[in-house]
Amino acid sequence: MTMKRRTVLAGLAGTTAAAALGVPTFAGKDKVKAGFIYVGPVGDGGWSFQHDQGRKAVEAAYGDKVETSYVESVPEGADAERVMTQMALSGHDIIFATSFGYMDAVQNVAKKFPKVKFEHATGYKRAPNVATYSSRFYEGRAVIGTIAGMVTRTNKVGYIASYPIPEVIRGINSAFIHARKKNPNVEFKIVWVFTWFDPSKEADAAKALIEQGCDVIMQHTDSTAPMAIAEKAGITAFGQASDMSAFGPHAQATAIIDNWAPYYVDRVGKVLDGTWKSEDTWGGIASGMVAFAPFNENLPAEVKAAAQKMIDDIKSGAYHPFTGPLNKQDGTPWLKPGEVADDGTLAGMNFYVEGITDTIPS
Amino acid sequence: MDLSAIDPLVLLASLMVAATPIMLAGIGELVVEKSGVLNLGVEGMMITGAICGFAVAVETGSPALGFLAAAAGGAVLALLFGILTQFLLSNQVATGLALTLFGLGLSALIGQSYIGIKPPHFDQLDIPLLKDLPVLGLVLFRHDVIVYLALGLVVGVWWFLGRSRAGLVLRAIGENHDAAHALGYKVMRVRMLAIVFGGALAGLGGAYISLVRVPQWTEGMTAGAGWIALALVVFASWRPLRLALGAWLFGGITVLQLNLQAAGVAIPIQYLSMSPYIATILVLAFLSSRSGRAALDAPASLGKPFHASS
Amino acid sequence: MLVLEKRPEPSALWRWLAPILAVVLTLVAGGVMFAILGKDPLAAIRMIFWDPLFNETFAAYARPQLLVKAAPLILIALGLSFGFRANIWNIGAEGQYIMGALAAAGVALALYPLDAWWLFPLMIVAGALGGFLWAMIPAFLRTRFGTNEILVSLMLVYVAEAFQAAMALGPMRNPEGHGFPGSRNLQDYPAAHNAELVAGTGMHWGVVTALLAVVIGHIVLNRHLFGFQVRLTGQAPKAARFAGVDADRLVVICLGISGALAGLAGMFEISGPSGQVSIDFNIGYGFTAIIVAFLGRLHPIGILLAGLLMALSYIGGELAQFGLGVPAAAIKALQGMLLFFLLGVDVFTNYRLRWQPGRAG
Repeated sequence: MTMKRRTVLAGLAGTTAAAALGVPTFAGKDKVKAGFIYVGPVGDGGWSFQHDQGRKAVEAAYGDKVETSYVESVPEGADAERVMTQMALSGHDIIFATSFGYMDAVQNVAKKFPKVKFEHATGYKRAPNVATYSSRFYEGRAVIGTIAGMVTRTNKVGYIASYPIPEVIRGINSAFIHARKKNPNVEFKIVWVFTWFDPSKEADAAKALIEQGCDVIMQHTDSTAPMAIAEKAGITAFGQASDMSAFGPHAQATAIIDNWAPYYVDRVGKVLDGTWKSEDTWGGIASGMVAFAPFNENLPAEVKAAAQKMIDDIKSGAYHPFTGPLNKQDGTPWLKPGEVADDGTLAGMNFYVEGITDTIPS
Repeated sequence: MDLSAIDPLVLLASLMVAATPIMLAGIGELVVEKSGVLNLGVEGMMITGAICGFAVAVETGSPALGFLAAAAGGAVLALLFGILTQFLLSNQVATGLALTLFGLGLSALIGQSYIGIKPPHFDQLDIPLLKDLPVLGLVLFRHDVIVYLALGLVVGVWWFLGRSRAGLVLRAIGENHDAAHALGYKVMRVRMLAIVFGGALAGLGGAYISLVRVPQWTEGMTAGAGWIALALVVFASWRPLRLALGAWLFGGITVLQLNLQAAGVAIPIQYLSMSPYIATILVLAFLSSRSGRAALDAPASLGKPFHASS
Repeated sequence: MLVLEKRPEPSALWRWLAPILAVVLTLVAGGVMFAILGKDPLAAIRMIFWDPLFNETFAAYARPQLLVKAAPLILIALGLSFGFRANIWNIGAEGQYIMGALAAAGVALALYPLDAWWLFPLMIVAGALGGFLWAMIPAFLRTRFGTNEILVSLMLVYVAEAFQAAMALGPMRNPEGHGFPGSRNLQDYPAAHNAELVAGTGMHWGVVTALLAVVIGHIVLNRHLFGFQVRLTGQAPKAARFAGVDADRLVVICLGISGALAGLAGMFEISGPSGQVSIDFNIGYGFTAIIVAFLGRLHPIGILLAGLLMALSYIGGELAQFGLGVPAAAIKALQGMLLFFLLGVDVFTNYRLRWQPGRAG
């Protein structure tokens, strides 16, 4: 009876190579009805909460021209399919399905309602009326990795990981690469908690890491427990999904914020003016999908500057977080000097880069 | 792999904290079950306590008042269970499950305006002199007051059940309610008191999660701790001191596996996370195989309905 | 003071009146709750209990969906009801559901991509067997050592959940799934797919099995020696012993039936509506079914109706969420209230209120 969410980022797996040909054109609308289904409660303060913030932004942006609705805590599988069907029946024009596990259900419903547009978060299956979107969270991880490498005194960074899926592994790699760049002696201690949200377990994990000498904690889980523990221990941590500074006014160096608002406003706008079409969006810092909480004022100026430079470089496209030379964990070459990882490899990433000592659990 | 990174003393200190919520809820449920009532709604009472405690602590600025409110919230929900099962004679298993469903819904409704808020700080109780003792100081004397309260309640319940007359009556009722009734004991009254006590402690355990361990409010934040508390009672074979040990063991396995991972030891996590439950089953089977119920300490009337005229 | 007095015979009138009274009480209490939340109580209640059945936009789709949602609940609850009547408490149906689903999916995935008519029947056998064997653990411990089956079956749910996560991340992971956890979708595996039998009706093999099980359950309970033994054991254990009922055998059979049916429910879900073994594909049917069993008064027809009522509250609850912005938590609380009232008023079936001066209860 626990509550979990699965957001498995797939991004551009490229399997459905944009069936852009033969895409039906949709006429514009005077009023749009947009539905959202969430895998957790909107009160989870993390994943579903942030998607709901995006929904509210859509309402704020279009006022009377839009009507939004949502259903929360929808289990993946048959229940999701039913909820989306009922939304489609009740006249919704566009439906946002905000969890990886809704992928096949979206396909099934989309086939039955060709005139309704579907947006599936973090999946890779598209159709003429199904678009996919996701966020390059690893860009944010590059920034916090940079900070971590510079502020750690013990050279031990703790990482609380949820499930061994590509999104999480990509995040660990990105953070590690950039911490090492600033500090060749840094080590990552990785703990897999096998949950997206279990405050008690996350708190225990944070404590275990701190007790073993970590003075920086990163998390890829949703609760604020690790932040609160970090605050108490007087060390540095990073907010996940939303700004957690209330729980760690001294501890939070910054937070990676899932900001779905610009994307949702854009997509609903395209339904309004009739220009919506199926595409795959993998947005990052540049498109505003990955945002940051203000840097903590306690951070040394050079750390802030380095982090800001990282943000700026990624934003301008001058730098890609996965740029060679990079080797895989076993020492085999992965990227040649200057070579940039392709999105397909990133989307299915299931290996560590060289230097990480953990083994990916299976 | 670097096992030397694990400091056993620090580990023990963490364990004391990790065990507290399930110890509180578990010792409450133990009393309930000893009186012959099985309340499967622990998770629902814990989560209700978590939000009641959180809301009141935020509104008043006092964590102490919050804990009181949490106990009250858990107790009210338990009272509902008591009325249904004791007076209206509804089935305990089904009512307990319904209580969990209701508690999860109710807490989420109350909690809607408390998301993303930080509760007032709850200090740890560094005990002067004792906290500086070598070894023990770190493990035992640098916690907050609820940790000690939980331990105190375990000892209190141990004394109450084993040494006091009222405890004897409660056990007699749990053992055979018809005989106890014939002797003139107030079966319903004792059971109602036990149920309310259990609810109050479950509420406290929930509030410990929302006010101290995390600290924040989010829906479903107890994440199954109530079910673990139920397992714990059985694991302890209904003995309070064993329950404390069990809570450390259950909490300890989690803390230990996280520590091993942090030290770089590759462990099969899923299989390890099954182990407390398999251990509970083995303990249960072992105890029940030895000379029957006497060793098991299981209340014989557990879960059976009582009606004075029947 | 007022006391409850046991009726010599359960009241036939109250057996019907009690559920109606409970529903009325729920509507009143739920209406108050919706009003407090600032929603129109009448609109909310109409949307939850009326629209899925009769609203012209939704009914054509929602009515068959009621069967789909209710089928696993009915199947599991029916299996549990026999044991519950005989005071044999399997509350680990959730675990048996998982193991049934894993066994069935395991067979299908191991033989992928087999195209043979016998695969689906084989999966049915595997599903039933998976649930059955998982239920035999508490059965064995109870008959051999006298171990409490409530607790053992509950513990085994957690073991099964951890096992399912291990399967989804390990042996059953889809090799073509781009590294993501979760198995192949059995909906895309024709020989293993539990598809709709007649398009648009929602009828799949699981629904058919559930309805058949209700009929068979009804006959067994009322006409068969086993049903008699179960009822006798529940009402008068001592008399049952004298009548030659083998208590251990009854434990094994009751746990076996409930385990097998829960396993079957898991099999039909994983091969049909749910489709995929994932880290947490179980969504609490095994626990909800316990409530359904009691709402249905442990009676096959009652369980059928209770399962449909539960399904209605889920489906209508979703409508009220996106139609009126009612939070999911309010739907959960409403379901909780409905259960409380249904469980509470049932007392009047077996007892009546009497005024008795000077006697304490």
